[in-house]
Amino acid sequence: MREFRYERAADPAAAVALLADEPHGAFLGGGTNLVDLMKLGVATPDVLVDVRELASREVTELPDGGLRIGAGVPNADLAADRRVRERFPVLAQALLAGASGQLRNRATTGGNLLQRTRCGYFTDVTRPCNKRSPGTGCGALEGVHRNHAILGQTLEGPGTCVATHPSDMAVALLALDAVVRVLGPDGERSIPLAELHRLPGDDPSRDTTLRHGELITALDLPPLDLPSRYRKVRDRASFAFALVSIAAALRVEDGVVREVRLALGGVAHTPWRSRAAEQALVGQPATEESFAAAADAELAAATPLRDNTFKVPLTRNLVVRTLLELTGAAA
Amino acid sequence: MDTPITLRVDGAAHPLTVDTRTTLLDALRERLRNTSPKKGCDHGQCGACTVLLDGRRVNSCLVLAVTVGDAEVTTSDGLAEDGVPHALHRSFVEHDAFQCGYCTPGQVCSAAGVLAEARAGWPSAVTGDLRDEDVQLSDAEIRERMSGNLCRCAAYANIVPAVAEVAEAEGVRR
Repeated sequence: MREFRYERAADPAAAVALLADEPHGAFLGGGTNLVDLMKLGVATPDVLVDVRELASREVTELPDGGLRIGAGVPNADLAADRRVRERFPVLAQALLAGASGQLRNRATTGGNLLQRTRCGYFTDVTRPCNKRSPGTGCGALEGVHRNHAILGQTLEGPGTCVATHPSDMAVALLALDAVVRVLGPDGERSIPLAELHRLPGDDPSRDTTLRHGELITALDLPPLDLPSRYRKVRDRASFAFALVSIAAALRVEDGVVREVRLALGGVAHTPWRSRAAEQALVGQPATEESFAAAADAELAAATPLRDNTFKVPLTRNLVVRTLLELTGAAA
Repeated sequence: MDTPITLRVDGAAHPLTVDTRTTLLDALRERLRNTSPKKGCDHGQCGACTVLLDGRRVNSCLVLAVTVGDAEVTTSDGLAEDGVPHALHRSFVEHDAFQCGYCTPGQVCSAAGVLAEARAGWPSAVTGDLRDEDVQLSDAEIRERMSGNLCRCAAYANIVPAVAEVAEAEGVRR
């Protein structure tokens, strides 16, 4: 591991000021991803500014009936929060589907969002990876890529990257239209979660649109008044990343879909909001045929790799099954 | 970069100077000679290094020692009071819940965390009704909640009943 200086700050503003002057520094939250990447030689910050203790650990009510989640709230605490369990079950289910009990105790809300999009080539410094070492190529494109992306990848050129974002929590938050509150050297701003993560484009080294020194302070959740559900398909029953996951919410009236939210995990460089499927579904009868057609509308853009073509029908089946379950819940 | 810290471990305070890169696991094992937590994968995937940090189970291999501050570290050793084994220690022995024993201190600390989380009413991925505060640790619940602890001897078939017996005694399993 590269040597680094360890700093604590009195408050978030002081932490932001500290990091602003350290171009190769990083904020440290729970450390469950960053410390691991530092051990692997993948992340090499020369300064760590510890924000775990100073980030808010509170979940508070918003005037519109939504919730504000402090960036320092551990994943375990958020999943156990009574308001989240009752009003945002899709979020509690997603959190509980992620990682292990030990990791959920340590990982924070802000840190979970900022864990790296990654794959086995990214975490192995002896392999080519455009995300870790720009210009070295993508080992996964022709290599081991069974659990890689099927949507939104960069498949040629110096930006080639087919890795997936591993968060479950972020998939649910994306379906919930969460807003990220950020404090930076130039003050505060709010970003829709859909605009936080970015596709690889021509620069897979950047996972998010945050600027250096910007700190996530909280997440705002608008109220949710329709049934929701998270489902995750993986190679083993627990403690594994998703092959494909889905966060869905659905309102059906008189047999017709009035409102639907769909987000997918395990399929792209970012949590993937399925706008094409949503648009195909609103106003349609709430039937298996409509749900399949909506899934097909989303997956028309899929570009699976040699060994992950199975993810296309898997995603389709997961969309259909989850929406059918929600239709039952909504009836 | 050397940094002075004080670690509170199993009821005793230990002032020491560590390089900032030192994990809590390495500080415990290499500096304080507390070899109760084990180094398995060193990447948060196996759970052999599990300790309780202010009562919450964490992977000590992913916690930097300089970040621990005043938090109380409890290892499996520290769960024994005055040399008397903890109920989980006894249950693991009675149920033959290990073969080589390497993962056992992590399993025991994790199980202690599971019991505390169940008493607090925390749900898991296999909990049927998320709104239910009355958590009962079925075998399926124990397997799910203990999934962060691997046992390469595959003693799982005995670990589950070992945890179940203590859960029953503590009123979180009917």
